[in-house]
Amino acid sequence: RGGRLQEIVFRNFYTAFVSVRVQRARGPRRWLTCVRRRRLMASPHAEQGAQDYFSLPRHQMLCDVDQVTAVRFILRQPSPVWLHFTIEELQIFPPSQKSPPKDFPSWLSALTPLPLPASRQELPDPEKVSAEAQQMWVLTEVIRARQAAARIGRFDVDGCYDVNLLSYT
Amino acid sequence: MVDAEGGLSLTIARVVQRLRGSSLHSQLERQARVSPGPAPALSTGFFYFTGWEKKLQNAVYSELNVFPSPCHPAAPPEHMKEPLAYMRKAQGSWEKRILKSLNSMCTELNIPLAQKRPASEQKELLNKWNEMGTDEPDLSLFRPVYAPKDFLEVLMNLRNPNYENGEQPSFRNHLGLIQVPLKVKDIPELKEDFSELGLNIGQLGIDDSAQVPPEFFENEHVRVGQKVLAEQDSAAAQQYVRQGCPTALRAELWALILNISNQPEDILYYEQLKSNVIQHNLLVDSLIYKDVKLTASNDDYYFVFEDYLYQVLLCFSRDTSVLEHFAYSSATPPKSYIRGKGELQKSFCFVGVIPFHGFSMYVAPLCFLYHEPSKLYQMFREMYVRFFFRLHSISSHPSGIVSLCLLFETLLQTHLPQLFYHLREIGAQPLRISFKWMVRAFSGYLATDQLLLLWDRILGYNSLEILAVLAAAVFAFRAVNLMEVTSLAAAEAVLADLSTLKVVPLLQIFLFATVT
Repeated sequence: RGGRLQEIVFRNFYTAFVSVRVQRARGPRRWLTCVRRRRLMASPHAEQGAQDYFSLPRHQMLCDVDQVTAVRFILRQPSPVWLHFTIEELQIFPPSQKSPPKDFPSWLSALTPLPLPASRQELPDPEKVSAEAQQMWVLTEVIRARQAAARIGRFDVDGCYDVNLLSYT
Repeated sequence: MVDAEGGLSLTIARVVQRLRGSSLHSQLERQARVSPGPAPALSTGFFYFTGWEKKLQNAVYSELNVFPSPCHPAAPPEHMKEPLAYMRKAQGSWEKRILKSLNSMCTELNIPLAQKRPASEQKELLNKWNEMGTDEPDLSLFRPVYAPKDFLEVLMNLRNPNYENGEQPSFRNHLGLIQVPLKVKDIPELKEDFSELGLNIGQLGIDDSAQVPPEFFENEHVRVGQKVLAEQDSAAAQQYVRQGCPTALRAELWALILNISNQPEDILYYEQLKSNVIQHNLLVDSLIYKDVKLTASNDDYYFVFEDYLYQVLLCFSRDTSVLEHFAYSSATPPKSYIRGKGELQKSFCFVGVIPFHGFSMYVAPLCFLYHEPSKLYQMFREMYVRFFFRLHSISSHPSGIVSLCLLFETLLQTHLPQLFYHLREIGAQPLRISFKWMVRAFSGYLATDQLLLLWDRILGYNSLEILAVLAAAVFAFRAVNLMEVTSLAAAEAVLADLSTLKVVPLLQIFLFATVT
């Protein structure tokens, strides 16, 4: 039992990375990773790719995806600025039903893909870091300007700091 | 998002489909029929020697430049217009607001949106087609539908509902007016993109000044330009204009880049539009009149072109081919229900580009380059569907006005933090001053020679980002004076006159010679 996977199509909603794990009918009941940390947003803090459509075709999967009985999606979003993140309009296609019709000759799809850039910078560019530090500087200025407004009441935050404080009385 | 190979084949399929419907295709077909021999048209040699190869190449190149790369096949069409749902919604409600205001103007003044002109009026208009400026209709009741200032208010209130927007300043909010978390380029990325503006590369706008002998750069550059023109290669022309166009070659080079050839059928098309103008009277016409009278006619450089502007803009408001750009623009054309069928319905094409205060300034600089109305018209239409529509619609495109505003604010904040903070504290947010420059692509603010040098770069890089860079560079240039002002009005006064500025040195210094 279990089905063959040809392609997974979904619309992203503010997920930065997705991993997919599958469980197969035969063999030990283990979860196997077939897509590992696929990047969906170019920068987790910025909109690019946040609401785009993506597909994960069979030939990009790391393990054999025949006789799949369960699929598990692991969504990651390292940036704290988004309220929610999820994936929507999830569609899983078996081989017989090739996802969207593609109206171009087959020789076109046999072109070689571009090599992926593999270089990774060792250290961030100091100029870039200093440029970003300007925002911190303005924030300190803003805070200094409003100093008298309110105390940073660490312990009287309502609700969200509900650690039971030790009391001596 | 599609993978590289799928994307490429989709692109090819689309370009082939688009070219099938073009006049180039029918010309090629005719040529193939008349040429003797068994299927000689298919051999590469034929293409090469008859010059068809270049024409085909230019057509493909122009398609690639105009249309965005295809998105995922599962994506609905509105996704191609704008991938972010909340931006689509914002654009939708902005359009609704504009339409409401148009409708209320119609009912208030009791005039129809469109109406057929009586025969006598048609005749009169035809007679004074070349001197429409002499007509002085009473337009005191009309008002521009919106001005850049109103649009800025909309952009300022744009928020991502999935983003944590606190009222208090934190690392999450931007300190400027735009609060949308789009990715914009920083200086190192811009340096790489605009590498031809570098300090050790010759530039028209710097190296052609009177002090520099022309044999250093100018003569050679002009010679290369002539060669590019002789080759008739769009891609080469685009690369060439990144260093600026010699004045004598600009008109032809720009037309080559945009693949405008002014064929007999194009002239015929223009004449058709003209007859549409003569037959029907649209409400938009009055708005166009009003706008030209308010802006271009008052401008020292452009007032002479008043009649050209009417001709081009009136035809533009009837051109249905402009509707094609709504496939990739976040905007949607307004629709209207027409009572009764027949002629009126067919010819009533409300193109959906509603002129705002200053719209005619997109056309005015082109009048310096093209004197033939049909060519001028085509150039403007192509410039509009490639670039200018992005300056007044809400989208997340890197050349869209939202990204430009954010790029401007980010550049200014990271490179002149003291100035940015000072202006913010006195209530003169820099974007409030620079917004109108960017919405009009600086037309009407710079001296014309400088403006054309700037537009050279827009065409050369196929991007409007240079507008934001220039706006930031202007602030940097006036930083010392701006640090001394204490109010928005004073800051505006410092930056009121940009007509003495030299664009290319400003850009170069800001991008390449500023120590950060």
